[in-house]
Amino acid sequence: MEYLYSAWPWYVSGPLIAGAMVLLILMGKKFGMSSNLRTLCSIGGAGRLVEFFRFDWKKDQWNLWVVVGVIAGGFVALQLSPNAPQINEDIVIQLQELGINSTNSSFLPTELFSLDALLTIKGFLILLIAGFLVGFGARYAGGCTSGHAISGLSNLQVPSLIAVVGFFIGGLVMVHLLFPLIF
Amino acid sequence: MKKVLSFLAVGFLLGVLFIKSEVASWFRIYEMFQFKSFHMYGVIGSAVVLGIIAVQYLKYKKALDFSGETITIVPKERSIARYLIGGIIFGLGWALAGACPGPMFVLIGTGFVSVLVLIFGALLGTFAYGAIRNKLPH
Repeated sequence: MEYLYSAWPWYVSGPLIAGAMVLLILMGKKFGMSSNLRTLCSIGGAGRLVEFFRFDWKKDQWNLWVVVGVIAGGFVALQLSPNAPQINEDIVIQLQELGINSTNSSFLPTELFSLDALLTIKGFLILLIAGFLVGFGARYAGGCTSGHAISGLSNLQVPSLIAVVGFFIGGLVMVHLLFPLIF
Repeated sequence: MKKVLSFLAVGFLLGVLFIKSEVASWFRIYEMFQFKSFHMYGVIGSAVVLGIIAVQYLKYKKALDFSGETITIVPKERSIARYLIGGIIFGLGWALAGACPGPMFVLIGTGFVSVLVLIFGALLGTFAYGAIRNKLPH
């Protein structure tokens, strides 16, 4: 029962993620979440303006059902997860210096995600730009963490390895060089 | 209908995993890029190691999927620029948002309205890429 309410260690959740990927392959599909963003743009009518969004999105409809499942599964799991992630002690102190004090007490930093933060220009722009970079970069690179890091590396694809190296360069630059300027 | 249910079920499993593994937590992503915990590396690393074994086995055996078709995985086209530049842009966003696309959807369940701004930004970014892709090095 305790497993129902606590976080799962990496050696449980990692293999299960691989299992979900294999299930999708056996269903004749593949594990890739960011392509849904393109599909949603197409459904929203982006094809009228840009050729890239003129494709038969109905063929990718299955992936939207995966997304619906993801949202539902996440919602249920959150109800069963009373404890916030417990982060390394050094990180707690580092984040305090950046003005983030909700570590170990919230799933997401309230300093970034609360309604109060959203209603400031800076807070709104941080989230909008962060999302923009994720969406732009994922499509430019042809995949995200699921499509490249998990599916692509599992298939021993060199392009995916290059993309994952890029993910890390970008992430390290953001956290080490840009965070002190942003926060 | 049966197919829809099976996609919903795999999605449900993934949603639970994104939360229970905490890969959807902004704090875990920050911690990973500070190299202060093995957790994220363990999750992604074990998924990749098992994924390699499973995918290579399926390919070696020329295994069939549930509908009886031979499993084929279309390789990505060869290039460096698009994967490296696109990857770096993605990484910048991943660290700032503390979420990649899958977890972004799962975070709707946290009830934070701001997650919708994040997703809206991701849609804008996708649209912007589509609009200017012909001018970008690939």
